[in-house]
Amino acid sequence: MTSTRGSGARTVMAETTTAAPAASIRRRSRYVRRFTFTERLLHWVHASAFFVLLGSGLILYLPALSTTFADRPLIKDIHFYTAVSWAGAMALIALLGNRRAVLRTLREVDRFDRDDRRFLAGATRTPQGRFNAGQKVNVIVTAAFATLFFISGMLLWLGERNTDIRLGGTLYLHDALMYLSVVIVLGHLYLALIHRSTRHSLRGITLGTVREDWAIAHHSKWVSAPPAAAAPDSVQALPALAAEPAPPS
Amino acid sequence: MPQDDNTPQSPRENLGARRLGRAGFLGVVGAGVATLFFGKQISSVTSTFTKPFADATGLSRIVPSGGWRIYTVADSMPVFDRATWRLKVDGMVGRALELSYDELLALPKAEQVSTFHCVTGWIVNDVHWGGVRFSDLLANAGPLPSAHAAHFISAEYPYDDYLELSDLALPDVMLAYEMDGQPLLQEHGAPVRVVIPDMYGYKNVKWVEQISLVPRQSEGYWEQRGYDIDAWVGRSNGYG
Repeated sequence: MTSTRGSGARTVMAETTTAAPAASIRRRSRYVRRFTFTERLLHWVHASAFFVLLGSGLILYLPALSTTFADRPLIKDIHFYTAVSWAGAMALIALLGNRRAVLRTLREVDRFDRDDRRFLAGATRTPQGRFNAGQKVNVIVTAAFATLFFISGMLLWLGERNTDIRLGGTLYLHDALMYLSVVIVLGHLYLALIHRSTRHSLRGITLGTVREDWAIAHHSKWVSAPPAAAAPDSVQALPALAAEPAPPS
Repeated sequence: MPQDDNTPQSPRENLGARRLGRAGFLGVVGAGVATLFFGKQISSVTSTFTKPFADATGLSRIVPSGGWRIYTVADSMPVFDRATWRLKVDGMVGRALELSYDELLALPKAEQVSTFHCVTGWIVNDVHWGGVRFSDLLANAGPLPSAHAAHFISAEYPYDDYLELSDLALPDVMLAYEMDGQPLLQEHGAPVRVVIPDMYGYKNVKWVEQISLVPRQSEGYWEQRGYDIDAWVGRSNGYG
């Protein structure tokens, strides 16, 4: 169900045998692909690793939990090897997966146009692309924090073995990143699970597709309203079945 | 239609488009890397905001903001049984001792307020300790003239470490059995731990159950794993 490299990867769904009039089908939800399998896998590997690292890290950090789960060497191993596995898995998925899709996402996240800056200034109804400007900031900060978590974590681990590379701020940085990340993740969870206008995006990062009307409403520079008569090659899909977006007008 | 069509194509798209994403990423990473080197200065600034918040919300009872972190090396913490616990003092002494907890409490009590420094960078200010000075503890054992160091063996196997006898004679060094007015808690090394404020925490052995006098210092648990034998705060372990 994932669209992959090349231009031919399109899922065309035949209508069901009880051929309803085209107009009524169109009223049913049409779906557009927002994320490839590679992007979704990156997201969920990152998210899973984050929560394992947060849980094991809090046991190492909070005195009450350190006392309850007294096997510190074991918790340290879980924390360390989860971090190493996370880094390896993210690199492998990006390299072996759909590199085009990853690079396209990076390009989009990198670029902030005038509408993005208006969005960040508070005008959240400004037309947005596949990612709104807030989502771009979230990707950038998450990537930077992950990098810093990895650097400071490795320094903590190596510093236990070689005191020359123990720096005064390593522990402070690792702790501060944790506090900031928890705040960001809580906001992320609110937008993904509760906030009415954004929670539909959970479907996109899980199944890959989002409702076309939702995309048009919130990401109009990515998916714009289709012309009155559907283009000959446009795709109609039943709920939960994927289709490529109609070409932007 | 190639999937790259997912890239926005509306005419509005490129109005004033700038590659700010990579700049933001590098900026955050750069600020974080700078924090590695100036963490102490930055934390002293941020703690003026975070500490009142943590105190007001009760968070400071949960998070170790300016407080203790509990570091251990074994899979469980030693359990103190007052009835059966004994402190051995042996090695190069005239008379080996085995003290019960009550016999230890019967020795002259010393008290002090000092700062605890962990080598990983956290500090606990103004800890109130109660315990015995090593001069009082060792007097009954009679150290031999050839003894120059003490080997502290923890009930948390295999933790151990060494201190020079001359360091044990410093005025703010003790074997503590009280912290902040209470008997030492399990996670702080109950019933007794070494307190030597001018050295990093790994020399402040917790759960001490045996003190053996030896001719000279050797490598303890963390020194065998790369830490400096010289553990003076501010003069070793990369803080020189």
